[in-house]
Amino acid sequence: MATDNLLIEIKDLHTYFYLAEGVVRAVDGVDLRIKRGQTMGIVGESGCGKSVTALSLMQLVPPPGRIESGEILFYRAVRGNNASTMTEVVKITDLKPNSKEMRSIRGNQISMVFQEPMTAMSPVRTIGAQIMEVIMLHQEVDRAEARRRAIDMLARVNLPNPAQAIDRYPFELSGGMRQRALIAMALSCHPSLLIADEPTTALDVTTEAQILELMRTLQNDLGMAIMYITHNMGVIAEMADEVAVMYLGRVVEQTDVQSLFFNPLHPYTRALLKSIPQLSDATAKKRRRLEVIKGMVPDPYSILKGCTFHPRCEEMIPGVCDQVLPMLIEVEPNHSVRCHLYGTP
Amino acid sequence: MSASTVTKGRPGRKKRQETEVQREEEFYRAGQWQLVWWKFKRHRLARVSLAVLAVFYFVAIFADFLSPHDPLHRFQDHLAHPPTIIRIRDAQGNFRAPFIYGTVKGRDPETFRPVHKIDTNSIHPVKLFVRGDPYKFWGLFPTDVHLFGTGKDAMPIFILGTDSIGRDVLSRIFYGGRISLSVGLVGIAISFILGLILGGISGFFGGVVDEVIQRVIEVLTTLPQIPLWMALAAALPRDWPRVQVYFATTLILSIFGWTGLARIVRGRLLSMREEDFVLAARLDGESEWRIITRYMLPGFASYIIVSLTGSLPGMILGETSLSFLGIGLNPPTISWGVMLQEAQDIVNVAYFPWVLWPVPVVVVAVLMFNFVGDGLRDAADPYVT
Amino acid sequence: MLSYIAMRFLRTIPQLFLISVLAFIIIQLPPGDIVETQIQNLQASGATVDQRQAELLRKQYGLDRPVHLRYLLWIGKIVTKFDFGYSYAFQKPVADVIKERMGYTFAIALLSAILTWVIAIPVGVFVAVKQYSLADYIVTFFTFIGMAVPGFFLALVIMYIALTKFGIRVGGLFSPEYMVAPWSWGKFLDLLSNMWLPIVLLGIGGTAGTIRTMRAMMLDELRKQYVMVARAKGLSELQVIIRYPMRLAINPIISGLMWLLPWLFSGGTLVEIVLNLPTAGPALYSALMAEDMYVAGAYILIIGALTSISAVFSDILLAASDPRIRFGGVEGV
Repeated sequence: MATDNLLIEIKDLHTYFYLAEGVVRAVDGVDLRIKRGQTMGIVGESGCGKSVTALSLMQLVPPPGRIESGEILFYRAVRGNNASTMTEVVKITDLKPNSKEMRSIRGNQISMVFQEPMTAMSPVRTIGAQIMEVIMLHQEVDRAEARRRAIDMLARVNLPNPAQAIDRYPFELSGGMRQRALIAMALSCHPSLLIADEPTTALDVTTEAQILELMRTLQNDLGMAIMYITHNMGVIAEMADEVAVMYLGRVVEQTDVQSLFFNPLHPYTRALLKSIPQLSDATAKKRRRLEVIKGMVPDPYSILKGCTFHPRCEEMIPGVCDQVLPMLIEVEPNHSVRCHLYGTP
Repeated sequence: MSASTVTKGRPGRKKRQETEVQREEEFYRAGQWQLVWWKFKRHRLARVSLAVLAVFYFVAIFADFLSPHDPLHRFQDHLAHPPTIIRIRDAQGNFRAPFIYGTVKGRDPETFRPVHKIDTNSIHPVKLFVRGDPYKFWGLFPTDVHLFGTGKDAMPIFILGTDSIGRDVLSRIFYGGRISLSVGLVGIAISFILGLILGGISGFFGGVVDEVIQRVIEVLTTLPQIPLWMALAAALPRDWPRVQVYFATTLILSIFGWTGLARIVRGRLLSMREEDFVLAARLDGESEWRIITRYMLPGFASYIIVSLTGSLPGMILGETSLSFLGIGLNPPTISWGVMLQEAQDIVNVAYFPWVLWPVPVVVVAVLMFNFVGDGLRDAADPYVT
Repeated sequence: MLSYIAMRFLRTIPQLFLISVLAFIIIQLPPGDIVETQIQNLQASGATVDQRQAELLRKQYGLDRPVHLRYLLWIGKIVTKFDFGYSYAFQKPVADVIKERMGYTFAIALLSAILTWVIAIPVGVFVAVKQYSLADYIVTFFTFIGMAVPGFFLALVIMYIALTKFGIRVGGLFSPEYMVAPWSWGKFLDLLSNMWLPIVLLGIGGTAGTIRTMRAMMLDELRKQYVMVARAKGLSELQVIIRYPMRLAINPIISGLMWLLPWLFSGGTLVEIVLNLPTAGPALYSALMAEDMYVAGAYILIIGALTSISAVFSDILLAASDPRIRFGGVEGV
């Protein structure tokens, strides 16, 4: 993998939450690489650490959580003297969350779209004011120019009548329209990475399809990378180039989207794929029962010995899986998996 | 999940989980009141406050036995007597059973004001169950036994001193609690009835009646309480008997208390009329009255309690304020506010500051009621578990 | 917005009517009519009053007419001539008694309200942001105390301390030398030096309550997603707090003006009496003690009117601050 193509590199990231009831290891050793202009899909059940990984990347982990160890490297593009672009490496994990440098990255080079479009904007300020705020924060432009850029951005996300819509309040827009406005806000500084944390979960299916389509178009136009977080395999199939499957704070499988769907290696990935209803099931004469993964995600405070998936795994090898934690190993080119079935370290 | 392969985060977790499951079961089966009580018990400050209030009420109820003197007894020889200190060590440094020194009247050489000087030769032991001022326990049984004191003919004990006409402040605080602490309770009882009736009428009949009641509530909530209380209480005839004045005063204090409750009752009645279980009851042919009392009232009983405890501290302070000004309750009625009338002249306070004792007592009572009200509000909130 | 303001003003008309009825009831409350009391007073001062004079007085007060006409007569004079009747306790027209005093009372209440906000809003925000910190516990403790101690208790205690420890008699609004002096810069400064005490005493309870409200509101708002979104924009923590959750948490405080002013007038009455200020509260008190109900009626009427008009302003402010109210939207956020 060529390094000059790399945008984000996460190495052995641990983010823990220190609660009165005990320590929750929300992210417990995540390794991840995101290339420029690529869409990285992160998939997993609720509570597997997808969102916390994203927040760690932004240095926005809310207390009592904090990044315990590991590195996050951001290969920032810098314009050189002779119009050529160079990259400089920023170690995000070394920056203080509220520091000026971190803030200049946030919303500017790395921005984020959240799950709940209904509550993601302040109801007492116009969407224009909230978008212009980001533009004026990161770019040296006056109000009029910021407004022009905001209207332009709203037009790009296909918000009808952007020149009027900019003075609307969030509660005057529908959920889908609000999410468009939020995407416009996130993209208003042309970030090199957009983190989308389940941006369509709260929307209906038609709106979801429109938003996904929009994000792909904008990615083509603006050339940013997307880190797309979801629990929906269907959305992954539609959006992602690369996919990382997460389970209990760790990446258990990472590969391109083709290999994941046609050649899933980790038992957890396979179980996830089997739990998706398929259209062919409905048309076929013999109906298949939807499979569910047995058991529940374990108690977040407990520490499991060995592979964290072993209590729920169909292919558990006694004496191995419940004793030794498997490493993430590259089984095929660009296909890594964390499972004892594919060789022990 | 097999126990052998799982290293537990904490020892004994499994056992705890089991009891938690049992507790959860209980939780789902518990009635509304039980839930409120459980949640209330978790609120430590509220629990402690409730205990303190229980002590206050206990003292008020048994005031005649607990107080060392008749609250109206004027000790002519001990006007404005400073608080007596109970000692266990005499002037010679010997330890002995609790006692107080007698005092003799004298004059301050500089200000020429009368002072009470301690006479270390006159020693009066403090005893339990002594005979003192005669009284009728709860107005029924004549007796003269008090919980503690120095007995007849000895130097009387004044733990908190005496007022300008020689009455024991402690005894008066005990007796005053009867009025001051009951004003709030009677007041919320009246507020409760007013709020339920007026809110009920408003929510049930709607239309013009509702409109008028709503406007009245609006006006009452924008009016400052104390001036209105003052004006109403000042209009009470001066020649009314004490009991009548007491009830009239509580009625006046309740004039603001009912509005919050009436709003809640009205709002809930309006919203619940639309709810399925009420419709179901109606389809079952239940009468309107039965629907209200059986199905709708229990649904917001907790709101009622919360709203009422919320107005209690205000009423206690209201009584204190009015009596302090001499409007409404007046001597010989004893209440904490009436006692504070002595503090109206700041020169009095300067020479015998112990007449301010009702101030901390009222503050503690109000503080305790606030804590209990807070705990109840949290406990009654169905969205906080 | 304009129609909202107009509607809001229209809604005060029935309120003002009800307040005037209430004030009128208070005037009518004492047993026996006002003429009897006045005749007694006149006789006590040595004058003889014959039947004819009594009738004349009755007619002057309109006591020979039915109650609703008397109300119309009373309110008519107030609206047209600003004539609230005659106070025999003060031996001058009620309007003259109340006019200047009401100004001081209102000034004290308003300054207390401002003091309350200046202290309570930042403190409330701070303890919400630092929830469960030591500062939070300390502030919470003091807010509970502050809410349980009425201003006039504090006034008593402070007067006691000032008198015994410093030999100063606290009270009044003016030092003796300025009492009757015409207005001057010196008199104004003297007024300020005396006025801060009632303002602070009065403000303590309201400040405590407002801190509690502000803290609760902030805690609610801080949990909302827009706060995280604002952080993700790259705003500094202070900018996030001020522009987002605080901007919303302040709305109940604005509408709380409706609650705060009557509360200040209420507590103010007692503080003013204890501190013996030349304001409306003590005037009401001495009038009530003399059963001079016209002063009481005028006081209730003016205070009631002032508070319901300030409620209009707080509603308009709220509508200006919160577009959801302005647009009549009720969507929960």
